[in-house]
Amino acid sequence: MTDTPEDTRPSDYEELHAISDIPEDYPAPVESEEVLEAAADAATEVGAEEERLYVASQWQLTWWKFRKHRMALVGGAILIVFYLIALFCEFVAPYDPAAFFAQYKLAPPTAIHIVDSEGALRAPFVYGRIRDRDPETLAYIYDDDTSDIHRIKFFVHGTPYKMWGLREMDLHLFGIDAPREEQSILVFGTDRLGRDIFSRLCYGGRISLSIGLVGVSLSLFLGVFLGGVSGYYGGRVDTIIQRVIEFIRTMPSIPLWMALSAALPPDWPVIRVYFGITVILSLIGWTGMARVVRGRFLALREEDFVLAARLCGAGEVRIILRHMVPSFLSYIIASVTLSIPRTILGETGLSFIGLGLRAPAISWGVLLQEAQNVRSLAQAPWVFVPAVAIVLTVFAFNFLGDGLRDAADPYAR
Amino acid sequence: MIVYIIKRIGMMIPTLIIISMVSFVIIQLPPGDYLTSYAANLRQEGDMVDTDELEMLAERYGLGQPIYVQYWKWVSGIILRGDWGQSMEWRKPVKDLIWERMALTVFLSLISILVSWFVAIPVGVFSATHQYSMPDYLFSALSFIGAGTPGFMIALVIMWIAMRQFGLNVGGLFSREYMVEPWSLAKFVDLMKHVWMPVVVIALGSTAGSIRTTRANVLDELQRPYVETARAKGLRERKLIWKYPVRVAMNPFFSTVGWTLASLISGQTLVAVVLSLQTTGPMMLRALTSQDMYLAGSFLLLLSTLTVLGTLISDILLAWVDPRIRMGS
Repeated sequence: MTDTPEDTRPSDYEELHAISDIPEDYPAPVESEEVLEAAADAATEVGAEEERLYVASQWQLTWWKFRKHRMALVGGAILIVFYLIALFCEFVAPYDPAAFFAQYKLAPPTAIHIVDSEGALRAPFVYGRIRDRDPETLAYIYDDDTSDIHRIKFFVHGTPYKMWGLREMDLHLFGIDAPREEQSILVFGTDRLGRDIFSRLCYGGRISLSIGLVGVSLSLFLGVFLGGVSGYYGGRVDTIIQRVIEFIRTMPSIPLWMALSAALPPDWPVIRVYFGITVILSLIGWTGMARVVRGRFLALREEDFVLAARLCGAGEVRIILRHMVPSFLSYIIASVTLSIPRTILGETGLSFIGLGLRAPAISWGVLLQEAQNVRSLAQAPWVFVPAVAIVLTVFAFNFLGDGLRDAADPYAR
Repeated sequence: MIVYIIKRIGMMIPTLIIISMVSFVIIQLPPGDYLTSYAANLRQEGDMVDTDELEMLAERYGLGQPIYVQYWKWVSGIILRGDWGQSMEWRKPVKDLIWERMALTVFLSLISILVSWFVAIPVGVFSATHQYSMPDYLFSALSFIGAGTPGFMIALVIMWIAMRQFGLNVGGLFSREYMVEPWSLAKFVDLMKHVWMPVVVIALGSTAGSIRTTRANVLDELQRPYVETARAKGLRERKLIWKYPVRVAMNPFFSTVGWTLASLISGQTLVAVVLSLQTTGPMMLRALTSQDMYLAGSFLLLLSTLTVLGTLISDILLAWVDPRIRMGS
């Protein structure tokens, strides 16, 4: 990619220099001096710019092009934040996701204030809560106790947990200066059983977001392997693999996923169900990947540089890994990015209708089950927050994938 | 053309055979025997277990015998006698349960396609002819949101709004009094009163996609020299656009209608569950969770067959539009 020969400089480079060799008696246009100078200046500027493009590696070109896609950058940033939260969910979540706040069932999100009741500005704080019953409907209503102020603190010691199941810790990203039994900060409110939705969202992200990555890695492996074999060898192997792909694609995906996940034994532990669902989701996902890989292989097989490598005596493995894979890697990355949200939505949808992960497990789909009943949704709209997280993730991946796809071919205009 | 169609239908048959096998195997996957759970179910409800009936069922569907025997009995029953098996949960033949649901599913999908075209084509053309205008950005943003948000969440949001603003519970396709009624004009009118909401939700995703496709296609066509020529000859802009570029840009729509139909049928499953529609989705989900294997298997088989048929229609339309396909090997 980088070995662009010297002589591919812009052709007008030479021409512009040649102009100065025009014989004296040639009828020069008026202002010719100035025009020529300006043109020469412009040429050197363009030359420097293009020079930079010529010596840039493909990865640099890709990055420059990607950088121009602002939405893709935003999407990437959102995803980094989400994945960091999922990775360190024990630390980010202020409470244990399974613990009940018996006194706060379906409590609305705690409002975070910076101005107190006297109008003075202070560091972010929350008011204490008082619970009451609506005299007519007997539903709980929550009120702020404006005399009871709790400051929000960062890096507080709170509910103990085991970081990644390895180390006992009790440090949390944020919290308030009161024990959890007395006052609490419920960023997104609580669910029907009084569990902190924000904490559950953080833990759910770990499963939902990772199922996207694990599932797509699996389909990537299958897709690259089978698609590569199909595209590189062609012939009968290709025909068989293509028939299988066509067949899988004719099955309607959602009913097929439903039927397969209903077949997972209900007594399986969470971790096995997790992998079962992942396998089911990538069973269809790999076909798209295999098509992309095969298409690229077919296109590249005929390229001159592959022929050149072969004539130089390079082995098959070396040709594939050293010459072909780098030139379509960017396509693969783009297509992977675009298929992650599909996997995440698959898990969410399955868990939502009760065929995916089940209750003690926490995933965004499981959390959404709370929102299945319109009445509870109308009563406590904040149980819908997981849906917002899902939609944000899907958009972020779509934008990122769009940007990557555009950048994947940096030579295209 | 006829040769191509016959060839294409010939290719479909092995696919259908494999689909029926796969459906059957998947439905057989959960542990436990259908007949045992059937008997257990009867006992649980306090009914007398009729051993004769059980034996008759076992004989008829080859239960307890190797899986290929069972498969053969099932498939030959469907093909020769139109017997799709027995639903354990409903205690009715499957064929009495599925057809109305299948018909409603197809009906909903067709209406959704029509609605999405009806909206997407004018909007897409407008976006293309007014590229980079405010409305164009607005439509692009909306279609991006529509394409990215899963239908079942949109359904939830709409239900929530209806509940909150109007106190309406907008699930289902029929009012309560028509739920079990036989078909009549009044029931059809009732259906039409309820159908708009699911159609909006189901059509939203494909409308969003169609707007983007229309816009891109029309933009491509607008740059062609023939547009310039027509304009130079003094053709009025409105006539020019609708008569030439739009017609060309529409081609992919009609030729991919089968695929759109197939993806709508698959995609509306979750929406139907959320909105508790009387379509295939919720019944299949229930059949799957209660291991009502013949019912679930029949749905899986029928939905897959619909997808295959959709692909067939698309392929034929494509060949009809594009002679290179029907002439090629």
